[in-house]
Amino acid sequence: MKKWLLHICIIILFIFTSCTNEPVGEYVAVPTSSPLQIPQLFEENILNPIIPIDNPQTVEGIALGKKLFFDPILSANNTQACADCHAPENAFTDSSRFSDGIDGVFGNRNSMPLFNLAWNYDEKFFWDGNTFGLEHQAFVPVSDPIEMKSSWAQLEAELQQHPEYPNLFQQAFGASTIDSTLVTKAIGQFERTLISSNSKFDNYLLGKTELTSQELNGFNVFMDESRGDCFHCHGSDKNPLWTDNIFHNNGLDETFSDIGLGAVTGDPADNGKFKSPSLRNLNFTAPYMHDGRFTTLDEVINHYSEGLKNSVTIDPLMKKLTQGGVGLTDIDKTDLKAFLLSLSDYEFINNPNFKNQ
Amino acid sequence: MKKLASILFTFLLILSCSEDKDDNVSQVSTTFNFTHNWEGTLVTNANFNTIQYINANGEELSIEKLRYLISKITFQNTNGKTYIIDGYNLVDVTNNSNLSFSSVTTIPTGDYTNVSFVFGFNNDDNYNNNYPDLNSTSWNVPEMLGGGYHYMQLEGKFIDNTTTETGYAYHAIRAVDNSGTNLEFEDTFIEVNLGEVTITNNATFNIEMNIAQWFKSPNTWDLNVLNNMLMPNYDAQIMIYENGQNAFSLESVTQ
Ligand code: HEC
Ligand code: HEC
Repeated sequence: MKKWLLHICIIILFIFTSCTNEPVGEYVAVPTSSPLQIPQLFEENILNPIIPIDNPQTVEGIALGKKLFFDPILSANNTQACADCHAPENAFTDSSRFSDGIDGVFGNRNSMPLFNLAWNYDEKFFWDGNTFGLEHQAFVPVSDPIEMKSSWAQLEAELQQHPEYPNLFQQAFGASTIDSTLVTKAIGQFERTLISSNSKFDNYLLGKTELTSQELNGFNVFMDESRGDCFHCHGSDKNPLWTDNIFHNNGLDETFSDIGLGAVTGDPADNGKFKSPSLRNLNFTAPYMHDGRFTTLDEVINHYSEGLKNSVTIDPLMKKLTQGGVGLTDIDKTDLKAFLLSLSDYEFINNPNFKNQ
Repeated sequence: MKKLASILFTFLLILSCSEDKDDNVSQVSTTFNFTHNWEGTLVTNANFNTIQYINANGEELSIEKLRYLISKITFQNTNGKTYIIDGYNLVDVTNNSNLSFSSVTTIPTGDYTNVSFVFGFNNDDNYNNNYPDLNSTSWNVPEMLGGGYHYMQLEGKFIDNTTTETGYAYHAIRAVDNSGTNLEFEDTFIEVNLGEVTITNNATFNIEMNIAQWFKSPNTWDLNVLNNMLMPNYDAQIMIYENGQNAFSLESVTQ
């Protein structure tokens, strides 16, 4: 009750103070609002994207975020940009198994594609979900010792001295002092615009195109609990994200060298769990899995069909473990692959708004 | 500051005085709390992931995931009038969320001959609406099984008859036979009747689910046979429906 009163008082105070003595002449540029364009299938089927109230999408903020995303100034020796490990032509991941940082030291996880991030409702980022919120996520790589290895103090100073950046920050945030919070806000805004919703399968759902009989059967394999049964974790025609953004152990190993979610929660029941990736854009995102162990989709499908490895935390949905999986027929495998590839969005990887130009 | 607060307060008092027309009608709100037990022992997500329960058929098992849908909470009063509470609730024990459901719909105080809710969705709710919140959490049933939504997902591990730890996915949906050219359905949503209640004030209904009941009667559930791929299994869905009849009970109403 008291708190509530206090809030009202503050609001009233605000109104009072804002009424008096409006300073005239001191012109502050207001950034232009640029709300996300929500695709039709998302609008119809799933909840709205998450946009933090303190970081609304603006034309200036997005443009600045894009520039930062592609600018190697973010790394210690100005050699590596976010885009080096998150390239547009790879749906914003890279094609190597482990990404090398600025010193050529490799991490132990496969880079992740970046799209539809604003629809990650739980806002848990990275393979193991260790970081909450997209803005917080962007803090990490800049100072990660095997990624960009910079320090925020150094980066802030560099940006402040830069011929263009101070002006761009001024336009985007009305701020003359550049700090890490604003850098991550701008990057977050750009990342939220990376929306992929125009695959062949999307167009099929919109009635704009037909699928081949292979793709259709593949979709049925995907949705059939006695065959692929992929939809419990990887979305469906009603969940166009093609992921649940939840953590599972999908049977890759009997013992874990990387315990994933378990290291974040401290709960052994979470060992070996990683976030289900979206199955959009698989055509561009090889290799697959958190450690990039599979180079082709055939390997992935064989894994689910007959290569499952048992462990205590394996997901209950991984069935027929003694046979290594449900054992899909060759036809079902080929068709499943054809269907998976129909989720690839060529417009997305060719979108000039997402490219450095 | 204090002065400002009191001015504000008076202001608010004045505001709240006007236009309040329902002072004499006693409309009250209701809350439904869901708790879970295994034959009387409390089950929360803190008890998940450890094999510690024994079902009627003698299998030891764990729970890793439990979520289910309830809808159409209905109050029927003594002169046959019914009040339906808006909305539905996806109880998510795994994430300890939505264990309590309150609606904006209010009901008049008085005597009710029955309070009920639907476990799952009735067919109208199941097929005639698209629910973005449920889609977002992948609660759908594939179109090849008629579409609509899951009623329950109960998953975990059990020790099978070769002493191997094996996964089970006990998923409840509307029973459907997809072996022929046309899908043949049988209704398996459950109308759970909680009985008579006299409502005098804002009321909280404490509802219990005995998870063991899903494996118990009238069908003794053999996880060795029925552990996975139950969605397209018409007979299994009928058994789930039958076992679910006594899974819920009303523990108490506080008001
Ligand atoms: C050296 C390569 C590299 C660079 C440079 C890099 N990343 Fe990443 N990125 C990765 C890897 C690898 C992961 C997965 C790491 C993990 O899960 O532990 C990742 C994960 C992410 C994720 C999580 C996506 C999700 O769905 O959870 C986001 C967002 C992201 N990076 C954005 C950025 C941004 C913004 C920058 C620039 C500031 C950047 N990355 C620079 C390699 C890189
Ligand atoms: C129990 C949930 C679950 C089910 C069911 C499931 N997956 Fe996955 N899938 C995951 C998880 C979790 C990962 C990431 C695992 C990791 O990297 O450790 C994954 C990874 C993948 C990847 C790699 C994507 C990438 O970008 O690296 C593909 C492709 C994939 N799954 C396809 C399928 C197909 C096809 C099916 C059905 C045959 C299926 N999945 C069933 C949870 C699941």
